[in-house]
Amino acid sequence: MTEAVRIEGLHKSFGETEVLRGIDLTVEDHEVVCLIGASGSGKSTLLRCIDLLEPIDAGRIWVEGIETTDPDVDENGVRRRIGIVFQAFNLFPHMSVLRNVTLAPREVLRMRDGEAEARGRALLERFGLADKCEDYPDRLSGGQQQRVAIVRALAMEPDVLLLDEVTSALDPVLVAEVLDAVRDLAEQGMTMVIATHEMGFARDVANRVAFLHDGRIVEDARPARIFSNPEHAETRRFLDRVIAAGRM
Amino acid sequence: MAEPPDALAGHGRGSRLLGSRPFLVSTVSTVVFLSVVTVIVVTSPGWPAVRESFFDPTAMKEAFFGVPEEGLPGVGQAFLLNVRIFVVAEILILVLALVVAVIRQLPGPVFFPLRLMATVYTDVVRGIPLILLIYLFGFGLPALGILGLSSQSEIVYGAAALVISYSAYVAEVYRAGIESVHPSQGAAARSLGLSRWQSMRHVVLPQAIRRVIPPLLNDFVSLQKDTALVSVLGITEAARAAQIYSAHTFNYSSFVVAAFLFILMTIPLARLTDWLIERARRRRQAGGVM
Repeated sequence: MTEAVRIEGLHKSFGETEVLRGIDLTVEDHEVVCLIGASGSGKSTLLRCIDLLEPIDAGRIWVEGIETTDPDVDENGVRRRIGIVFQAFNLFPHMSVLRNVTLAPREVLRMRDGEAEARGRALLERFGLADKCEDYPDRLSGGQQQRVAIVRALAMEPDVLLLDEVTSALDPVLVAEVLDAVRDLAEQGMTMVIATHEMGFARDVANRVAFLHDGRIVEDARPARIFSNPEHAETRRFLDRVIAAGRM
Repeated sequence: MAEPPDALAGHGRGSRLLGSRPFLVSTVSTVVFLSVVTVIVVTSPGWPAVRESFFDPTAMKEAFFGVPEEGLPGVGQAFLLNVRIFVVAEILILVLALVVAVIRQLPGPVFFPLRLMATVYTDVVRGIPLILLIYLFGFGLPALGILGLSSQSEIVYGAAALVISYSAYVAEVYRAGIESVHPSQGAAARSLGLSRWQSMRHVVLPQAIRRVIPPLLNDFVSLQKDTALVSVLGITEAARAAQIYSAHTFNYSSFVVAAFLFILMTIPLARLTDWLIERARRRRQAGGVM
């Protein structure tokens, strides 16, 4: 197996607050890694740093063997190979669903309209959104919007897909349809890094689970191990709280 | 409608209310209000003199068409110049202001000089009274003696001053629109591999411009009237033509004609602005319910 993502000694501060304090993480091709941890532990920041949406303070990152933290790297080229899906969907409200999905293939990959639309429609159909192509995002439910966001990222055929708490903004009844979509992707071998509060989902779908606490990865193990027999006191404390809150 | 013509001013407000009773009430109250005002004006001691010097139908007709044999320009003909200046200036302002607004959003230290220039431009120009700017352009540029630049007609200098002045205001309107688009939209576009410019062009600007159309139109209502200011360069536009007529005949009806023409031009734009604001409000509400 080859490395899809490699992170060494990543530090990131926002002003005085150090959010990431030395992250080391490796994700193999076709591997699904879930990031768990309390809100504010740095999961989202880590994903945004991998996608170069936040400048980092120290450390190095490689994606598919290319060092993305090299100052001379083509940042747009890196971002095109990494897909990210946000908690708040961030669909473009002034474009139809199909336009949302085909914008980047047209503009970045210079794909012809017909080709981009064919690819977009096929992907939307695969995620049960075939009849939503011409709708505008505000006509869709949260679950549908989030699936469109996933399709929009997939339309660029990324090497790695980053999911940032993609179900946190959804009604409980809509969570399942999005998680099922992610589960399908995992089965098809999509390399993914998933920040999530859905512990049951993490246990099912992840090859590895990394527990973040205070800007560090405290524990990184197979899900069976981390959920049934965590090594660190901090991990245990977190999981106890999750169980007490009925989230597992 | 079977309303008396002097109730026209209240027509829009009355008809928008649903049901016949509110409509009736608004119509009656408008008629009563206008009647009272009319009676006060018409019974005032100076009214006959005012009517003669401001509302003389013969003088109005004469002022509108002009008196060529006496060298008096027609206000109607002159007004076409205002329209032309307005249309050309408006198009140039829309483009120039957008360029300035986008420059002010350019990131990084490389673009600092450009950003600084754009900031200084909007600050300085908005600080200069428009009429002074028109004088500066109209008398300053020809005096410079620069080939090509200094040999234009006064109309070009006047229009250029309008474009430079209004672009500074409109750039700020655009900028407010750009900043009202949530940063997560830009992040989403960039995450797909779009360059900063592509993300601005396809994601940020379309949303920003849609939001600022009402304030933009408001600025253009104001621009339509300010075309009269170029008369200080000796250009015979509507206000100047009216002034020539009144200076010659000692009758001010020509000014009323000019004012009426300006109103005719601005009202459609003002109504369009209100309609767009109302439509945006309805859309937001519809979006909130869903």
